[in-house]
Amino acid sequence: MSARELFTFRNPYFSAGVGLAAGLFVLTALGGFIVLPYAQKELKFAGLWDAICSAAGVPQRSASVPTAKVGPRLSEAVLTPTMLARPGQESIGRGATLAQRCAICHGPTGISRADSPNLAGQYASVIYKELLDFRSGARSNAVMSPFAVDLKDQDMADLAAYYAYLPRLPAYHPTPQLPRPRIVIYGAPVRGIAPCGSCHGSLDNKTGSPWLEGQSEAYLKAQLQAFASGRRTNDISQQMRNIARAMTPQEIDEAAAYYASQPTEIVKSTD
Amino acid sequence: MLVNRKLVLAHFWLAFAVFGLALFLGAWQMFVRSPLYTWISDPEWYYRSLTAHGTVMGYVFPTLVAMGFGYAISESALKQPLVGVRWAWAGFWLIVVGAVMAMVPVALGRASVLYTFYPPLIGSVFYYIGVVLVVVGSWIWVALMSVNLRVWRREHPGEPVPLAMFANVAGSYLWAWTAVGAALELLLQIIPVALGWRTTIDAGLARVFFSWTLHAIVYFWLMPTYIAYYTIVPRAIGGRLYSDTMGRIAFILFLVVAMPIGIHHTFADPQVGAGFKFIHSAFTALVALPTLLTVFTICASVEIAARLRGGRGPFGWIGALPWDNPIMLAVAFSFVLLGFGGAGGLINMSYQLDTTIHNTQWITGHFHLIFGGAIVIMYFAIAYDLWPHLTGRALPDLRLVRAQLWLWFVGMIVTTFPWHWVGILGMPRRMAYYDYSDPAISPQAFSVTLSVIGAFVLLISGLLFLYILATAHRQPAADAGAYRFSVPVHPVHTVPLALNSFAIWVALMIGLTVTNYAYPILTLAARSDTSVPAVYVGAQ
Repeated sequence: MSARELFTFRNPYFSAGVGLAAGLFVLTALGGFIVLPYAQKELKFAGLWDAICSAAGVPQRSASVPTAKVGPRLSEAVLTPTMLARPGQESIGRGATLAQRCAICHGPTGISRADSPNLAGQYASVIYKELLDFRSGARSNAVMSPFAVDLKDQDMADLAAYYAYLPRLPAYHPTPQLPRPRIVIYGAPVRGIAPCGSCHGSLDNKTGSPWLEGQSEAYLKAQLQAFASGRRTNDISQQMRNIARAMTPQEIDEAAAYYASQPTEIVKSTD
Repeated sequence: MLVNRKLVLAHFWLAFAVFGLALFLGAWQMFVRSPLYTWISDPEWYYRSLTAHGTVMGYVFPTLVAMGFGYAISESALKQPLVGVRWAWAGFWLIVVGAVMAMVPVALGRASVLYTFYPPLIGSVFYYIGVVLVVVGSWIWVALMSVNLRVWRREHPGEPVPLAMFANVAGSYLWAWTAVGAALELLLQIIPVALGWRTTIDAGLARVFFSWTLHAIVYFWLMPTYIAYYTIVPRAIGGRLYSDTMGRIAFILFLVVAMPIGIHHTFADPQVGAGFKFIHSAFTALVALPTLLTVFTICASVEIAARLRGGRGPFGWIGALPWDNPIMLAVAFSFVLLGFGGAGGLINMSYQLDTTIHNTQWITGHFHLIFGGAIVIMYFAIAYDLWPHLTGRALPDLRLVRAQLWLWFVGMIVTTFPWHWVGILGMPRRMAYYDYSDPAISPQAFSVTLSVIGAFVLLISGLLFLYILATAHRQPAADAGAYRFSVPVHPVHTVPLALNSFAIWVALMIGLTVTNYAYPILTLAARSDTSVPAVYVGAQ
């Protein structure tokens, strides 16, 4: 077989193949990059090149589009699964010193007596992320925010390492264990609610999601209500806001009461 | 001449054995998310099963069928023993090892990422390496098909390559190139993250890479079916192939236009520009062309067979067809399923119509109808046609064979038509369970229940198929003669060089991939702000 015989425009198959393919490409490119952008009346372009770049997917901000309104500040935390893994003894020790300031609400052993979250044995990534968000303003609380303002990244990592290192203890006022309600087991598929355990531990653990067993019922309920009303906005991609909004008040009560009544021993290890 | 029968049989048996297992998983999945069963409380089990079902049905089963059939074609169409038998066995064992390596972590729940991988979800690295081994095993087959054709050409300079082998090699080249997309995704993006070398991944770029594979892989699955249409059906029903040239053109068209169209799988993705989506949408429309050519040619060939048997009139000849012949039955069923599936496909490839059914059960119904229906029913036909030549024994009972094909046909329609319907009503796909007590979807409970019945009919048909193949091994020996392919109406003496070789068409395939994919891939690869943290599944 001779390539010269094949790859020449004297070969009708070659010229037809290449001609048709090139023709179609040019035609569809004209359609996709010029005709269609201009056919969409709501799009305004500075010129032809702008239209082509827009259709090609070049990220740009069109001059005619008003800038998005500034909404609540969102979380800027970027967590990877290996972040904060295997902290050193020194980090845990520094965290223990810093944590003295936290004990008034979160308890000297990381178990709260004041309906604040129990932090003993919480995942390091969770504590680190919440501290970041309190510092940046993505999450705010009259008591907690002032504590976070002056923390440096290293301080947060140390605090996270310390609390993650503490053993998980029973809640301060343990309540009898409740049966698992339907909303927790199954979520609500039609409303787009996944089972709680698909992020919070019993089925799977997603980075940045806390375990909830034995947390204060009042706290869990307040957080779900804050997500539902949009007062709390530091859930990346709005997962918790979408879920809480779709939950009924009764489901919020059930979920909060269920998790508050669970012993911490059932929390799975993520190591 | 079929010399290496064991090699071909090994491929077919492994293919059909894993097919049977995956069929059980499929039926179980249909059942547990239907109104007939209480909700499973751990959706992970569902996704675990779904990953195994998809990986086996999408990668292992069709690849093994294409390979086994390819070796059989190479020997019997070229009339020369396979060159590189040891390599072929090496490829086979790579697939065995790869399939086991991939399935163990899936069974353990360490890789419930679905066969489409879905980064930033990341599973066990052994799952991905297993899939890579399956692909590498199949690349050995690609190389062997090319080598065998080259050896034959040396002995027969200037002679037309038999259509079956021409199509077989076209299919292997298509697979070699289309698998590159997923290979790039796995090697450059997913495996480094699965190994823990990196913790972030560019999910958008990964999806574009996967779309490179995801659509053309369907045409790779389709190739054995189309080869059977052209080179088995006319001979099996006592007719002639209407046009050898049309066959060559159809396979060349598949080679050229199956590839640069995959971005229609990412119509809803923000990382690809609308202009490229439109180009891919338009090029997708082109793949209807080789299918229409094929439908025309095969209908004409079937008509020839009918008229040779005394059929008369514009439609009267249809009654004269050998309807008790399983191959006749299979091709008729396949065409009906292909017709409905193809019509649905036109909706999926249209940039705007697609938005109405995007990510709904319609899509699942569509690819089961096309792949499980039109394609797999011809895999059955191929097995039935080849089996007497491979085992040296006749099939036990043609009534059973016909019953099996009928069950599959009816089962596939009962499964997929309601599936399409609930998709139009908006039922999302990839969910482990649905709340049928909710007024929003309670009217769909009936349709879903129907499709579960279809799934069990399919399971019965699949088991019957395995039973027939297994019992055929115990039949008394009977010489089936040499394995032949269909003969065209007009004997082929010479073929233009362009229709007897692949250089132009492979060049066009690569060229169109560059024009349609280079910009989206390179811009995403060049940007530094497109990666997101990986989400490890089952990492507790």
